[in-house]
Amino acid sequence: MLASPRASERSPDLPWPLPLLRFLPLLLQPILTLIGTQVAKAQPDVFARLGPHAQKSFVIDPTDLPFVLVLKPRPEAPALSAWRRGNAPHSHARIAGSFLNLFDLIDGALDGDALFFSRKLRVTGDTEAVVALRNALDDVDGGVVESITRAFGPLSGVASATVSHLRTLGGRGKNHE
Amino acid sequence: MNDHAAPRRPELVCPAGTPASLRTAVDAGADAVYCGLQNATNARNFPGLNFTPDELRRSVDYAHTRRAKVLLAVNTFPPAGQFQLWKDAIGIAASVGADAIIVADIGVACYAAREYPQLRLHLSVQAGASSPEAIRFYCEEFDVRRVVLPRILTVAEIADIHRQIPCEIEAFVFGNIGMMAEGRCSLTNYVTGVSTNMDGVCSPAAAVRYDEEADGTLTTRLGSFVIDRYGCGENGGYPTICKGRYSCAAQPEPYYAFEEPRSLNLSALLPDLMRAGVTALKIEGRQRSRAYVKSVVAAFRRAVDDIMAGRQAALTDLIALTEGHKETQGAFQSKSWR
Amino acid sequence: MRGAGNELTLGPNLFNWAPETWRDFYFRIADEAPLAVVYLGETICSKRVPLFRDHYAAVTERLRAAGKTVVHSTLGETASRVDRRLVSDVCGVTDDLVEANDSSATFHLRGRPHCIGPLMNVYNEETLRFLAGKGAQNICLPIELPFTSIGVLCAAARTENVTIEVQVFGRQSLALSARCYHARAHGRTKDTCLFVCENDPDGLVLSTLERKPFLVANGVQTLSYEYLNLAQEIPALKAAGVSRYRLSPHSCDMVQVATIFRGVLVGVLSAEETLASLQEMPLDAPFSNGFHHGRPGYGWTAPTGAVSH
Repeated sequence: MLASPRASERSPDLPWPLPLLRFLPLLLQPILTLIGTQVAKAQPDVFARLGPHAQKSFVIDPTDLPFVLVLKPRPEAPALSAWRRGNAPHSHARIAGSFLNLFDLIDGALDGDALFFSRKLRVTGDTEAVVALRNALDDVDGGVVESITRAFGPLSGVASATVSHLRTLGGRGKNHE
Repeated sequence: MNDHAAPRRPELVCPAGTPASLRTAVDAGADAVYCGLQNATNARNFPGLNFTPDELRRSVDYAHTRRAKVLLAVNTFPPAGQFQLWKDAIGIAASVGADAIIVADIGVACYAAREYPQLRLHLSVQAGASSPEAIRFYCEEFDVRRVVLPRILTVAEIADIHRQIPCEIEAFVFGNIGMMAEGRCSLTNYVTGVSTNMDGVCSPAAAVRYDEEADGTLTTRLGSFVIDRYGCGENGGYPTICKGRYSCAAQPEPYYAFEEPRSLNLSALLPDLMRAGVTALKIEGRQRSRAYVKSVVAAFRRAVDDIMAGRQAALTDLIALTEGHKETQGAFQSKSWR
Repeated sequence: MRGAGNELTLGPNLFNWAPETWRDFYFRIADEAPLAVVYLGETICSKRVPLFRDHYAAVTERLRAAGKTVVHSTLGETASRVDRRLVSDVCGVTDDLVEANDSSATFHLRGRPHCIGPLMNVYNEETLRFLAGKGAQNICLPIELPFTSIGVLCAAARTENVTIEVQVFGRQSLALSARCYHARAHGRTKDTCLFVCENDPDGLVLSTLERKPFLVANGVQTLSYEYLNLAQEIPALKAAGVSRYRLSPHSCDMVQVATIFRGVLVGVLSAEETLASLQEMPLDAPFSNGFHHGRPGYGWTAPTGAVSH
């Protein structure tokens, strides 16, 4: 039986079922947790900048990937989790764009306003919270991505190589279709 | 000033919304960076933006070590009964060693000139001083050393003003183009209840809504008013009231009654501006990202250096960073803009 | 003229009316309207001045003869040489007071008695004290100041021997620009405008994409669509220490508007009666009072405190 969209929204949280990506949530969740913890530890100023918006939740939607991320930037326990698109819990705001554009945005290589003007970034919900998040992340020294790669400790070499690859793919600051 | 003399090397004045942006601007070649505190004392009082006093102190150190100046914008209008916040901001500027404060309000200018006579005063574009008499008023009463000109004048008019005032001229060369006379606009307050002059916000994000239909049509709203609507894939802009689409008896079809979403870019007019007596070139965009700051500052750094070296300025294409992906020379080129 | 208190005034006409209409309007105001002060002069566009210049002396004389104080208002925005000459000429008047609407006028007027208009930014006590020290006698506050700040300014004004004036009726000036939006609406520029603003005696209404009337263009000025109406707030403003109440001219029967406001000012009409009378007038837009209450300017707070719009 085909589930209606509403029914699927109510379904319990399931790992992403595609066979090719079966490993994804298993692999992804610890990494995401690590990212959240590391950014919190290395960049406590981010939360001060967020102010009251640290209590909000954000869906980050890489439209060309089969999952979305939910960010709850709580200073005491920041949480980043992966969800099947349509299953994500209620959030205050949603930021959607291609993965490479979102990556370059977070990496500080692209300007959010420029992306938005060209309609490659979509913002819905609490616009003020999104502006606060963008400004807070933009103040992270060396960029959030650098901060994250340092989190991988012994594996930071692997992480850096992945980031370099993504940056090559992204073409550093090019506004991707 | 002798128009045939080689132009004086202009100061490139760059925006910084956060300490990281400030370092980016300095590293990209800014001669001076302007910024604000995290409250209503500056005209870009946006969520997540601006500096704590401590961040400002460290940023001033960073800039001064690299021979760049830091200008603190204290350029809003304190409502009666709340003046203390602005006094505090000026005190902070003096204590961290800011190179100047940028003021708009007569009361703020008066207080700063009286209590901190050693602190250099720049007159903000928010003061809307657009004639030699208006500028001289501030120079003579408060010893203002530099005026930031409103973006409503032609290059010829700027040259004319330059000959009649005793202070330096700073002019915008890139970024958001303000359609309304700065410091005289209550449109945001009319719609949202938050004031540009008193609270330092224009189209506050809290009142902004983007609604995208299934067919890709994007409607932008400020408060309960629709500001614009874009077809699928059509370039968009901020929902600022002066860049919205409206209709009237003379134009039954919706049109940009004030201005289209577009950005100012005067890179091609730099030599003319310098000849007209502009000694500080200002880039708008404290609310923009480090990526924007880096690209725009680097481009103007190269252009200014080329001009000073007698070379044709190499002008990097900055169109991708502009609003609506459209550029204009606004009022600066000719009076027909009016 | 200082400290007279409870005076009704007529602000400068903001629109481009035909010269005879302009003259006859002021003649009737002189003869019939219960006003203490009338502000005359062009505050929006220097190009309009030659249109009514021939009638200016006669109007001034008629107002004076009727016992009204005439104050000459200056341009809100001064940029071109024509603008600058106009401001300098108006500030050269010595028979009457001049009201400054930008700092190029205060440049000329400092050191002698003058008035400060609502297009100058007087938001706080420091600014008020400074301008009082330069000769300001009466200050009409910016339209967006909430009541709380008006009270503080009135207290400061008393110690400086300055009177405070507040606009209580008419469309509110929301913005000034160098660009003429009337000309733009007709595909022209400010230099080639052919005075198209003369077609709209109360301004050109701009509506949103949802066809909701929103703003009003008047040359380089943008006004509110709604008519400000602070009739209900006058008792509170009086208690706070405001001494002058400004009506901004429109094409409606301003003698009737003045008579109604005079009624509430001297306590003959209740706020409710005033409101009812004003609502019966054929105005082309609803009322607003949002700024006064620290809310969005277009909004209307009814006497009970309930918000409706």
